[in-house]
Amino acid sequence: MLPTPDLSHLKQADYNHVYEPSEDTFLFLDAFEDDQKYLETLKPAISLEIGSGSGCVTAFVGKILGESSCLKLCTDINPRAARATVATVRQNKLTADVVETSLVEGLLPRLKGKIDLMYFNPPYVLTPSEDVGSRTIEASWAGGIDGREVIDQFLPFVKDLLSPKGAFYLVVIEENKPEEICNILHQDGFDSAKIRTRAAGRERLHILKFTRRTAPEDKH
Amino acid sequence: MLQCHVKGCNANNFPLELQEVVLEEQEAELNEDFLRNMLGKLEYEALVATCLKLNIQDLPPTIPEDAAYNDDFLQKLHHALLETHVITGKMVCPNCQHTYVIRDGIPNMLLAEHEV
Ligand SMILES: C[S@@+](CC[C@H](N)C(=O)[O-])C[C@H]1O[C@@H](n2cnc3c(N)ncnc32)[C@H](O)[C@@H]1O
Ligand SMILES: [Zn+2]
Repeated sequence: MLPTPDLSHLKQADYNHVYEPSEDTFLFLDAFEDDQKYLETLKPAISLEIGSGSGCVTAFVGKILGESSCLKLCTDINPRAARATVATVRQNKLTADVVETSLVEGLLPRLKGKIDLMYFNPPYVLTPSEDVGSRTIEASWAGGIDGREVIDQFLPFVKDLLSPKGAFYLVVIEENKPEEICNILHQDGFDSAKIRTRAAGRERLHILKFTRRTAPEDKH
Repeated sequence: MLQCHVKGCNANNFPLELQEVVLEEQEAELNEDFLRNMLGKLEYEALVATCLKLNIQDLPPTIPEDAAYNDDFLQKLHHALLETHVITGKMVCPNCQHTYVIRDGIPNMLLAEHEV
């Protein structure tokens, strides 16, 4: 068992403004731990987390990959979350480049096809559409209709950003209609797998993993 | 690696020009595998141009042919990529002049409503 990243520098007052690592976060960590061997073989040169929040997931992935083996990029729309991510990677003696932006605005087209590892624990809760698009803690959960509005905004970028060998991990709940999400990415040429599932309170959480259907290793 | 995304600004908008920059150096462990991995992904000219603006003058103008095994070059690349951090500053689009602010080491790429 890999240790959970050190988050002792973040206090309850921080979590009034930044998403506190919860069941979804921990299920994500478990999925990456399951995939540790895979990640070590993948050897990503550039990774990207969308919506890094406290930075807990990137710190964990950074520990798996080892420092200076990967340029770790993070984005968050909430300025306080972006700062919490910086603090957390530092606290864990890692580095990451954090950008305050919506999804991946400003990263394309420079990073087109260059991301080897990408992951997103999105705002997936079903809410009225009006709640989507804030830059505060509300952005942590407000997912709009079917909890899909932010997810759906992001899906078209997956094919643009991922490198040929790249993998994309996504947290969803049952209400987000995971099969539909997989179908959308199938049409963009991705294979999908449901690698972890857990019931947490009323939520049924899944971790989805996507890779390109014609991954180079399939060719030999 | 960031680029202007103001609506209608699609040409000559890279690299963003750094201005009024405060730098911080933070030592990081050198990992040659990683640097070799990065060679294929780098927009090297933009990197050199940006480094020159920051007064980091030791990168050669083009990637040496033996880059993957040139320790001296890898060390310099390592320093530029992983050990040099812009703490505050501005990034100005060379095309539309839009300014993005960097604070606490974090570039803010968010645009106001009318710019999207
Ligand atoms: C469920 S939280 C996950 C936080 C953290 N990654 C974790 O697993 O604990 C979702 C995060 O996405 C961010 N977010 C929401 N909408 C976003 C957008 N359009 N662009 C970037 N980040 C966004 C939120 O601010 C929040 O930090
Ligand atoms: Zn511009």
